[in-house]
Order: sequence, then structure tokens, then C-alpha cells
Amino acid sequence: MEFISFLNLVFVAPFVDMVSFPIFFAEVVIAGVLTGIMYSLVALGFVLIFKASGVFNFAQGAMVLFAALTLVGLMELGVPVLAALLGAVAVMTVLAFAVERFMLRHLINQDDIILFMATIGLTFLIQGFGEMVWGSNVKALDIGIPSESFEVGGILLNEFDLFAAGSGAVLVAVLAVFFHYTRIGRALRAVADDHQAAMAVGIPLKTIWVTVWSVAGFVGLVAGIMWGAKSGVQFSLSLIALKALPVLILGGFTSVPGAIVGGLIIGVGEKIAEIYWGPLVGGAIENWFAYMLALVFLLFRPQGLFGERIIERV
Amino acid sequence: MLRNLVLAMLGAVVGVTGVVATTPAQAEGEQFFPMLVYRTGAYAPSGIPIANGFRDYYTMINNRDGGINGVTITFEECETEYNTKLGVECYEKLKNKGPTGASLINPFSTGITYQLIPKAAVDEIPILSMGYGRTAAADGRVFEWVFNFPTTYWSQASAFIRYVAQQEGGVDKLKGKKIAHVYHNSAYGKEANPTLEALAEKYGYELTLLAVDHPGQEQKATWLQIRRAKPDWVFLSGWGVMNQVAVKEAAAIKYPMDHFVGNWWSGSDADVIPAGAGAKGYKSATFHSPKSDFGVHADILKHVYGGDVAKAKRNSFGEVLYNRTIVNAMFAVEAVRTAQGKYGNRPLTGAEVRWGLENFDLTEARLKELGMEGFTRPVKVSCADHETGGPILIQQWDGAKWNIVSDWVQPISEVVRPMIEKAAAAYAAENNITPRSC
Amino acid sequence: MLYRETGQFKISYAADQSVFPIAQDRWFIAAALAFAFLVVPWIANEYMLQAVLIPLLIFSMAAIGLNLLVGYAGQLSLGTGGFMAVGAYMTYKLTTAFPDLNIIVAFLLAGLVAAGVGLVFGIPSLRIKGFYLAVATLASQFFLLWLFNKVAWFYNYNSSGTITAPPREMFGVVVTGPTATAEVRYTVALSIVVVFAIIAKNLVRGRIGRSWMAVRDMDIAAEIIGIRPFQTKLMAFAISSFYCGVAGAMLVFLWLGSAETEAFSINESFNVLFMVIIGGLGSILGSFLGAAFIVGLPIFLTNAPQWFGAAMPIDLQKHIEIMLFGSMIIFFLIVEPHGLARLWQITKQKLRLWPFPY
Repeated sequence: MEFISFLNLVFVAPFVDMVSFPIFFAEVVIAGVLTGIMYSLVALGFVLIFKASGVFNFAQGAMVLFAALTLVGLMELGVPVLAALLGAVAVMTVLAFAVERFMLRHLINQDDIILFMATIGLTFLIQGFGEMVWGSNVKALDIGIPSESFEVGGILLNEFDLFAAGSGAVLVAVLAVFFHYTRIGRALRAVADDHQAAMAVGIPLKTIWVTVWSVAGFVGLVAGIMWGAKSGVQFSLSLIALKALPVLILGGFTSVPGAIVGGLIIGVGEKIAEIYWGPLVGGAIENWFAYMLALVFLLFRPQGLFGERIIERV
Repeated sequence: MLRNLVLAMLGAVVGVTGVVATTPAQAEGEQFFPMLVYRTGAYAPSGIPIANGFRDYYTMINNRDGGINGVTITFEECETEYNTKLGVECYEKLKNKGPTGASLINPFSTGITYQLIPKAAVDEIPILSMGYGRTAAADGRVFEWVFNFPTTYWSQASAFIRYVAQQEGGVDKLKGKKIAHVYHNSAYGKEANPTLEALAEKYGYELTLLAVDHPGQEQKATWLQIRRAKPDWVFLSGWGVMNQVAVKEAAAIKYPMDHFVGNWWSGSDADVIPAGAGAKGYKSATFHSPKSDFGVHADILKHVYGGDVAKAKRNSFGEVLYNRTIVNAMFAVEAVRTAQGKYGNRPLTGAEVRWGLENFDLTEARLKELGMEGFTRPVKVSCADHETGGPILIQQWDGAKWNIVSDWVQPISEVVRPMIEKAAAAYAAENNITPRSC
Repeated sequence: MLYRETGQFKISYAADQSVFPIAQDRWFIAAALAFAFLVVPWIANEYMLQAVLIPLLIFSMAAIGLNLLVGYAGQLSLGTGGFMAVGAYMTYKLTTAFPDLNIIVAFLLAGLVAAGVGLVFGIPSLRIKGFYLAVATLASQFFLLWLFNKVAWFYNYNSSGTITAPPREMFGVVVTGPTATAEVRYTVALSIVVVFAIIAKNLVRGRIGRSWMAVRDMDIAAEIIGIRPFQTKLMAFAISSFYCGVAGAMLVFLWLGSAETEAFSINESFNVLFMVIIGGLGSILGSFLGAAFIVGLPIFLTNAPQWFGAAMPIDLQKHIEIMLFGSMIIFFLIVEPHGLARLWQITKQKLRLWPFPY
């Protein structure tokens, strides 16, 4: 009897709950979608760099923090918003140059794991530098994004979340166009396919790397603004990279649309799990559930949903 | 290239071992206070005002009075990043500094406090964990070396319930009310749960526990659950970024902010400022005034900053956590002063300071002398009771500053104290400690 | 001049295959061990033991464990912290349930439980590879910590979920708990690490280690020559987790004295991985060097300004320290991507020719 009530609790009651309160369920799904896009924003930075250079850039989280810190720091100095944005982009570009000149250039042809480790060193470097220049205190970030809540048909929506989702969508669209239709985008894809072949046809590897790290820096800035507006800009921003990893493996390391779809699946999945199943086991299951979900997908597609097929030869 | 590198490394190693052996000599007549601080890392926004508060109060005592009855205060900061393992390193580094070693230690981290509790008795360095750490340590018979006055997490949670009862119009009105506890999923956050559960049984309110994992950047699911359950009151035990996000999310679901109460670690300036206008009306517990117009503040401005208000403000002067640390530093200094009454005006050992803590009796008159009348309350510690079960205040954020909006709210000691004694007894049994008799 | 193998003839296969075929190496190791066992406890102060040497030993243990998995079997894992937590919590359960059980036995039993858990979480490795696997192992990290945080049974239902090492004796000496001296805890940790380092060294020279390396270098090819990848990979996960589990138990019982799940957070997993990579993938010695680098360097950087009398605000100092730490990692990777162990080998090679390199 107990066993049956257990089965009921786990396999029946949550679904009954979803169906009987459709408006709340819709809210949960919408919250998941909006959060998922926020995760995608962070994951995108990883994908760009992995795609173009095969580097799993652990420093992406630190870059998010650093970009946001630079923006807020400039604004606190009295620089107008637009100029501060441009300034932050410029700083991220300089960072990209420095990374290429002092790190990547010396590590060409090394194992993936060595490059990965080097980006971890970079993480420390950027974190320490950012905090040294701008301080460790939490800074309020307000660039005038509205954040009023309103109800549509009983569903509570927040202007800020919608704005964040919208800019995420725009960013992805722009990146997709950039990758597919511009000259440099095509060059990027060529480099991703085969470094040597790309170099052989005259594509400058170094320029490509600087470009892609700059773009990743820009994506980091956007992610930093969206997350930082919520919590204030502070050290913890660099930890959201951990929320982006399951998105990344689920979507595949090399796919821009994968980052988006992965973000949506993880976002919606973890919210539903936390709200409908979380209370059964004491809650706070979001973090590991996201990874478990990604793991299940991986068991069926080891390269992620949209990743390039891994072909193994002996 | 390689050879040079290896030689350089060898040189560095030799250099290290050579220098380790020399410890700097300390002058006589100095009382040493170790300071475990976190000015960097994820919790720096809270750590900075805390570190500044200690530094300023000790400096003020030195500059104004020439130390504690002529014994100069020395102190040294050690950066922990709020990380327990670095805390161990810092503790080992600082515990034997000064002519008499560390007088007492304020870990300002629940994790590090837990770590140091077993060590305190062995190293004979008392721990003053003011309003944090292990609540069971309030039982002085088992935890001889640990002090957590003026009040603890459990007392605070019970006082919160009493406050809710007052607002609702009586204890009997609690029945059927819904209260949610949103907590940091760690030893710190979980502290209040047993008390809230015990009181739920006693008063018949419905308790929902909602855990948020570190760091707490993303809490949409938690607040959706609150939006759905519509609890009458929400109690928050957050820390770091979790507070800022919680306040922001509560505003986003249009939860009535005046029914949203943080514990005393969820009510600093840094917690509400990033949330902007949405934070208006948010409440939190505290045990001292948020104002900065007391005698002690004037003294700090005069003797530490030479009257430079702008500079003081840049150093967190007058922020909630800064004020709290002033209270803590005052406790530490007064405990040493109490002990000096017995042992004479000289640098004291940890064991002697422990006596001072146990016989700590801060009167209203003494508070007045210190320029803290109305800033905090008198405290009297005893051998059995290291907590004193002090009352709390509720403060509210009006969009620009914190204001006290309640009288002192007493904890429900008849429920809390037996729980403390039970938990302490369990700890004693597990660790082969024989409680002393008081 | 001193380090030369001329004149050392091997007259049996056993001698030829010994772990340290060169006599000077044997002397050096013996001297180092004697120094570590007999001299260090007398000369090191408590700060040195508690803040540097004990964590160094414990993290060496974990690094050896992870190195078996990453360096030898080629399976990238970020679940180390979780497996260490299994060891710690299981030891706590065992020793509070059976207070008379020898604490070392409790460590080993807890290690076995960790091995079992590692076995389960190793299953996806058959299908998932590389960074995908690394991120997938994070699932075990987050799940295990959540479990130990949530299920009150693991911490005997106390209110905060913190486990505390109770005092336990061995041969009449207090080994764990607050009254155990740093010297005793150091000696116990050292003994455990030495024994298991020797076991690991022999493990990787034998059949198991060779099959791991075959799988690492090319698993399909290994399968073709008759190595079963499933068993081999799972074995690697189990043994690696055993080492990590014992390391986790040591972390709480011989070093921190009390801990909550935060002590085994994702940062620890990363830290141990750094040690393995900086030290050298596929090298037992490298595990020690890597642990020394990651444990020792920050402490050196923290204390260095004071020794040289350079006073600066503590936050600035920390920021510089973090930056230096990051730069050193990058610098070492650029200079020698194969880790400190490789640097050591190169030094040895040069030493053989010294002082007549031509």
C-alpha cells in the first residue's frame, strides 16, 4: 500500500497537479524558458571559442564578471551608459589580443586538456585583475532596463525577463547571420573545420582567434549585464559558468543553436523538477538535476544534441 | 632556460625555509587580536564592512585611550575568502602571535566557527561567535570555550515568530498561518529550521522550507513556489548574492515586502541596494541600531579619520554590518577589560580572556560611558548560559536607509533553551565530553 | 657525477624490473622517507604541519587517485569532490556507529564504499568521452553533495548537517579529534599516503595499469587487442574513487576536524584536477609535485610579502596573489605542458651528464 502511494506521489500526483493548475504550469514553463535563455547567453561564449579554436574556455565566467565590472566601474566614474558600453567592449577586445599574444600563441598544438588548464589560469588572472582594479564590493547595475511585473491572463510576467530574453534572441540571430553570411564568419567556420587547411588557403589564424575571443567577450558583457542587473555586479557572477555547463553539453560544444535549445531544455526541465518533484525530497535539486538531465541526453547522443558527430578511427 | 628555472626554484625553496624559522619579536604590553577577514571572493561585499569595523574600533581605542587600560591592542588581518580551509591556515598562523597569543577569535563565518570549536579547548583560545556559529554552544557547561551572546539563530527564529504573532494580533492567531523559510543550503542556513519546526508544532502554523543552493544566483523556482503557496510571512536566511537576488525576486512576484523578513545576516546595505526601489519595505532582524550618530561613532570619526566623513564613508562607516562589528569589537575589548579586573592590567592569555567572557556584565551605565546608549543592549553572561537569549529588533528599509520599526522582541526561551541543552548533550556524548557543573 | 648508473649491473629480472632501478634513486627515496618520518615531526611547527604538510599529503592522495583515472586511464573526471565526500561521511557513520572500530579500518571501508559509488558513476564513461564526460561527472559531484546535505542520516540528524571527527585512539595514541596532536596526524597521514603511493606505483606497472594506458591511448584499438573497455574503465573509476574516498576521510579526520559538504565543493574537484595536470598526467611523483604546487604556492605567496617586510592592504595582496597564481599556471604550461614531473625527469637526465654535458 505504501509502495503504491509512493508511486502515486512520484509518478501521478505531479502530473495531476500540472494539469489541474494550467496557469501556474504555464508560469513555470515561461520562467524556465526565460531562465534558459539567460543560461544560453553564458553558454554561447563557450561555444564561440570552442568552435573556432577547440579551446574549452573555462575563463568565460570570469570574462562575464570582468566585462560587467568594467561597465559598472566606468559608469561609476561618471561615463555615460553608451560610452561605458563601448569602453567595456574595447577592454574585452584588448583582453582578446592579450590572450592570443601571451597565451594561445605559445600553446598551439597542445592537448585539449592543457589548453583547458591554461584557461583556468586565465580565470584566476582575470578575476584577480578585475577585483584589483574595480574592488570587491557589490555594485548596483542600472542601465535603464524596466523591471515592472504585470499579469497577462493570470500569468505574471516581468518586463526585465522579457527584455533579457529578447536581447538574447537578437544576439543569437546576429551571431547566426555573422557566422553564415559574412566573410569573416565563413573564415571562422573554416578554421573550426580544419586549422591547417584554413591556414593553407590563406586564412590568418591569429586574426580569427582575436576576433572570436573579442566576440566571446562581447557575449560575456551582454550576459554580465543581464545577470548583473539582477544581483548586482559582484564576484558570484563568475560562478554562473557552472549553470552554463549542462546547457553546453546538452546542446553540443560546437553548435550555436544547440546552446539555445540546450538552454531552453535545461531551464524548463530544472524548474519543473524543482517545483513538482523537489518538495518530495527536500528541494534544492535544480543544480544536480540539470546535470543529470544533460547526462541522460548524452547517453543517447554522446556529442550533444547538435554537436558534430564524433568519428573514431583506429 | 630550464636550468635557470630549476635553480630559481631551488633558490626560492631555500629562501622559504630560511625565513620560516624567524618569527618577528613582539613588544611587551600588547594584547593581540587575530582577525579572520574576507575582503575578496564571493562574500566580500559583506566581509569588507566587517573587517573595517574591527579595524576602526581597535584603532579608536588605541588612539583615544592608549589601549585597554594602557595595554595596546595589536591586530593582524588574514584573508580567508570565507573559505573554511583558508580559515584553518589563518587560525594556525595567528593563534600564537603577540606576547600572550590570540586573546579571542571572531571567525565571522559559521563554517570556520564549526571548525574551530573543537580546537578552542585544546589551544585555550575562546571563540566569540556573536550571533552565528553553532547555536548549541550557548550551553556553557559543554562548550566552555565558545560564546555566542547576545543571541543566537534559534533565539532569533523564535523571536521572529513572536514578532509575527504580535503583528497578527496574538499567539492564537498563528494557527493556520503559512510561514515560509527560504534558506541558504548550508550549515548556516539550516540552523533556524529545528526551531521553526518545533514552534510550528506548538503554535500550529504551516511551515514551508525552501532551500537555495550556493551561490543562489538563480531563484526563480523558489519564488514561483512562494507565489503559488502565498505564505503570510517569509523568513530569509541568506548570505552573499543570495540576499540580493531574493529581494529582487520577491519584488518581481509582488510579494508584500513588509511581510518578508530577513535574519540579521540578510539585512545589510549591500543586500538591498542592488534591488533598487523594489526593496522598499523589506525587513530584517538585528540587535543594534542602524544609525551612526552615537558617541562611539563620533569618537571613531575623530580618532580614526580625523573628522574626514567622506573617507569614513568610503570605509563602510555607518553601514549595518559595520555597526554590528563595532558591537562585536566592543564586546571583545570589554571582555578583556573585565578579565583585567581580575588578573591586572597586562596582556592576557586566552584562558584569562575566557574568564572575562564568562563573567561579562555589560550594564546600561557602562554602555553610556562607551557612547553606545541606545545602540545596543546590556548583556550578562553566566557559566551555564553563553548566549543570554537576548531580544532582537526589526528594521525596515525605506529605500534609502534602515529604520528600526519594532520594540525589542524577546525570544521564546522556554522552547529554545531545552533544545539547546539537548543538542549540546548530544554533542558531548558524541565527542566524549563530560559537561562541567555550573 | 654523483648521479650515475655506471657500474650498477642487474643480475636478476627482479632487479631489472624494480620500481627504482637506479641505486641513487633508492637512496634518495629512502633518505626522503626517513626525513619525512623521523625528522619533520620534530622540526616542523604546528603551522607548518597543519597549514602546509597535512593538506599536502591529503591532496597528494586525492591527486594520485585522480591521476590513475585521468592520467593513466584517460577518463576526464570532475567528480573528485563528491567521491571524497563519500569517504568522509561514510567514515563518520562507521566510526560513530562502531566507536571501537580502528579508525584506519574505517577509512578503508569508507574507501570501498566510495569505490562502489565511483563504479556506478563511471558507467556513462563507456559512451561519453572527453570534455563531455568531464561535465557529465559533475552530475555525480552535485548529486552526492546534495545527498549528504539533505539526508540527515548521513550526519546523525544533528541540526546543522556538520560532521565532527570524534576522538579515536590507535595503539593508545589519540589519532583524530581535537586532542590529537598535529605530529600524530601528520605521521598517520604520511603512512597512509606512502603505502598507497607504493600500491599505485605497482598497480600502474602491472597488467591493470597497462590496460588502462591502452584504453587511454586509443580505446578502440585496445578493444581490438582484447582489452575489455567496460571493465577497464570501471576498474579505473572504482580504484580512483577508493583513493579519493580515503583522501576525503583523511581531510575531515586528520586535518579539518569538522566539515560540512561545502568542504568538498566543486572547487576541490577543480583543485585536484589542477594538481594532476600541473604535476604531470600519468605520473605518481607528479601527483605529489602538483599537490605541493597548488597547496604550497598560495601559502608562499600569502606569506612572502611579510617575510620581506613589504606591507600592503590585505585585499590588494590577495588580488596580486591570485593573479600571480594564475600567471604561474599559464607560465608552467607554456614552459612544460607535460607537468612538473617531466621537468624533474629532464633535470635527472641532465644530472646524469653533469658536469660534462658534452
